[in-house]
Amino acid sequence: MAAHSIAEGHGHAEHEHEEHHEQGFFGKYIFSLDHKTIAKQYLISGIIWAVIGGLMSVIFRLQLAFPDMDMTFLKPILGHWINESGKLDNNFYLALVTMHGTIMVFFVLTAGLSGTFSNLLIPLQVGARDMASGFMNMISYWLFFIAGLLMLISLFLPHGPAGGGWVIYPPLSALEEANPGSGAGMTLWLVAMAIFIASSLLGSINYVTTILNLRTKGMSMDKLPLTIWSFLFTAILGILSFPVLFSAALLLIFDRSFGTSFYLSDIYIQGQALPNQGGSPILFQHLFWFLGHPEVYIVILPAFGISSEIISTNSRKPIFGYKAMILSMLGIMFLAFIVWAHHMFVTGMNPFLGSIFMLLTLIIAVPSAVKGFNYITTLWRGNLIFTPAMLFAIGMVSFFVSGGLTGIILGNAALDIQLHDTYFVVAHFHLVMGSAAFFSMIAGVYHWFPKMYGRMMNKTLGYIHFWISFIGVYMVFIPMHYIGIAGFPRRYYQWSGFKTFDTFADLNIVISVAAIITVFAQFIFIYNFFYSMFKGQRASANPWKSNALEWTTPVNVGHGNWPGEIPTVYRWPYDYSKPGAPDDFIPQNVPFSATPESNTPEENELIEKEKEIENIKYDYSIPD
Amino acid sequence: MTYIIAILTILFVVLTFKVIAQTRKIIKTNRGETGEGGPSYQGAPDYANNMNAAALLIFWILAVVAITWSYIHYSQFFLPEASSVHGRKTDFWFWVSMGIITVAFFLVNTFLFLFSYIYRHSPKRKSSFYTHNNTLEVIWTTVPAVVMTGLVLSGLVVWNEITSEAPEDAEIIEITGRQFAWMVRYSGEDGEFGKSNYKLMDDGMGNPLGVDFTDPNAFDDFSSASELHIPKGKPVLLRIRARDVLHSVYIPHMRVKMDAVPGMPTKFWFIADKSTDEMKAQLNNSDFDYEIACAEICGKSHFGMRLVLKVDEPENYEKWKREQKTILTLNPDLLVKVPEKLKAKALKYIETEAPAAAATDSTATPVAAAVETK
Repeated sequence: MAAHSIAEGHGHAEHEHEEHHEQGFFGKYIFSLDHKTIAKQYLISGIIWAVIGGLMSVIFRLQLAFPDMDMTFLKPILGHWINESGKLDNNFYLALVTMHGTIMVFFVLTAGLSGTFSNLLIPLQVGARDMASGFMNMISYWLFFIAGLLMLISLFLPHGPAGGGWVIYPPLSALEEANPGSGAGMTLWLVAMAIFIASSLLGSINYVTTILNLRTKGMSMDKLPLTIWSFLFTAILGILSFPVLFSAALLLIFDRSFGTSFYLSDIYIQGQALPNQGGSPILFQHLFWFLGHPEVYIVILPAFGISSEIISTNSRKPIFGYKAMILSMLGIMFLAFIVWAHHMFVTGMNPFLGSIFMLLTLIIAVPSAVKGFNYITTLWRGNLIFTPAMLFAIGMVSFFVSGGLTGIILGNAALDIQLHDTYFVVAHFHLVMGSAAFFSMIAGVYHWFPKMYGRMMNKTLGYIHFWISFIGVYMVFIPMHYIGIAGFPRRYYQWSGFKTFDTFADLNIVISVAAIITVFAQFIFIYNFFYSMFKGQRASANPWKSNALEWTTPVNVGHGNWPGEIPTVYRWPYDYSKPGAPDDFIPQNVPFSATPESNTPEENELIEKEKEIENIKYDYSIPD
Repeated sequence: MTYIIAILTILFVVLTFKVIAQTRKIIKTNRGETGEGGPSYQGAPDYANNMNAAALLIFWILAVVAITWSYIHYSQFFLPEASSVHGRKTDFWFWVSMGIITVAFFLVNTFLFLFSYIYRHSPKRKSSFYTHNNTLEVIWTTVPAVVMTGLVLSGLVVWNEITSEAPEDAEIIEITGRQFAWMVRYSGEDGEFGKSNYKLMDDGMGNPLGVDFTDPNAFDDFSSASELHIPKGKPVLLRIRARDVLHSVYIPHMRVKMDAVPGMPTKFWFIADKSTDEMKAQLNNSDFDYEIACAEICGKSHFGMRLVLKVDEPENYEKWKREQKTILTLNPDLLVKVPEKLKAKALKYIETEAPAAAATDSTATPVAAAVETK
């Protein structure tokens, strides 16, 4: 029976708690083992990286909109990357788009969504004192920090950081002769990513273990909030796919430094025929995208979970289709592993593979669509409160639907021939990843800020932040689709060399201006975030009247999360506006015996089981 | 235009500061009134709830108008109708798919924003405790699945046609990408390409493609680095190679794209049925040219790999081919690579200094010369 296995796991957490000793400054804030502190470390790192990545996009969008602009004013920051005539160095342009992608995908979205919210919410929502291994968790953050440091250093190398696109395909990324960033810049990129992958794996293993083993009394899997389900699937995706990127990176390191030919063959460069033979660049692409595709689901699944929680809380309504939401995430998780080569339709791989991957890719559109419909139906007949978090969550649904739909076009191999490597692709992934996932991350910060810092973020600033960002994002990316349909290729420093791409100069300006405004609007959020940390209105323990367990802790959550016993869970987290109930929410730790006026007949039957759940004893004989 | 943007930006920055300053005043007032702890239901709907709800709906209405207008306005700048047979097919299915997703885009977003407005908080209402509806789930799983199936099946048919083997009579032309230009090679009169090997590549000697001159088929091969000529209305099979890093042959007007991979030749065949001259007339633009671009990031001049594509009437194409000088003619030093036994045969393909009449009509710049002068 479910209660029994929960008891065995719970013993672990109690046992560990007894061993925790007094922490000094370093133990409490720097090398903390506390999941909440680690979550904040990830969040603040993510915010800093987002600023860096965002500023990079400002620079290259200036280049694209105003190719004749004199950029000498950027010399103080960019130094020799602005040449004497005030032009941005075209190698550095490629380095900017490469690092923008790398930073945003890995250091902002993966770290900021999984790192922050899995760490913050898993123990609080499953009812545990902390993660299964606080130590592994801490190492996970510090490895991430070191990885980030190496990436940061690579930005300042004389020959520049990696410049082969965030996908770093060889031979360009393998040969220093082919691209200056493929020297030390690429080496640092690879080492940083290898360490990042280690960090991610340590984190993911912790998340899965904690979710499976450390749930509190009564917290069966079918009573978990959708956030936890999403974190579980995300972690599994990460555990199974990141090692493949690691192998791709490792083989690339070998090709670069140890004379192997995994990816290299028949190369003549700078007057020399290289000795490597027998390798294939396509091998790298398969290995890369085997992670690369699950990676985008690693980014979006936590975003789904977070939005589910925020939308239901602020609609005062159960999330519509709890089981369907879980099943669709499960479907997405499985399918995520078998669609990767839709990034490779025109690589020259066997067209038969193209057919297979097209088929599988269009299947994955279905569960994603189902989720969108379930969100919208949650709003139907709700009583909606537009907190900043809710606004961003609704914005997320809109971006996900809009961006996801163009994915259907790109997943069609025949149509992808024309659209691959054009701005149509850029528009697509920026809507689903750059905007939908990003909005969920922000929504999560607004929503759980009171839990993290015991204070509220300012709502008015939140509304303004939302409206500028939301309108801004659509103003940037809807026009970008037109530019893609017109065939404009990606990663082009400028298009003036081609008569074919002589159009849309004005639209590129619109996009850049909107993008720059949107990037700078994020500083409203950053100001709000840091100011409210110290001077925000003090929060109550449950400011949103939410059902999940994290809101049963005191306002200032201490080490160990609950000062006394960990609450026992009796019901699912979505009893909002239940008919018969005195208030419009019933937290998970309220037993059915206390709510006879709102119980369904099945729930009345469960009242007898309550004593059993409460009497679960922890098995301390299980060794640590 | 730049001034307008500058003014708007300054305005925006000033307004932001004003907003922040105002809000700080409000925060201070709030804190004074509520003291420690604050009201326990801080998530209660506030003064802005109705405004935000209305704004969401109004935003969507304006967005629908803006998107419709922008599409109508900007679609004139899209590429003209495809100039290849398969290109018109993929364009057709592209617009069918866009039509379908546009319907979904408008429909789904409308529900999202409409519900957001209609169901905005009211103290008089209570949310409905509506947890699930399996029938609804089945319906909105099945309908997208059916639509996807339709799109997949049509996509598969077109994909299989495009990626099928080229017809027997296809004109085969080799195009090689390098940092940062395209090099084209024709098989000459014998219709056979000379073997090539990357170890034989030698820019200095005028053999950037690594053609193996011990192979007699190579003697009549000719190359070009400024233009790719193809015949109108006949299948053309591109043999695609790359010599240093990944490139990608992208011909926007023909809807052609295929990566060029070092170490793994790739191919793409198509039929161009609108000549360059016909396009000039149709677009009323005597400056028009089909262009080939690179579509795989390859280094600092990735954006500069332009090759002009000329689609000629078949007779003109044949004439143009006859006028081209072989690689050996343009690089007689390469004769040393030819084995003794074959030297006589090779010499037949080298034109002497006073060639037959039409030779001066050659429009192509040979590859070797282009490489050396880069």
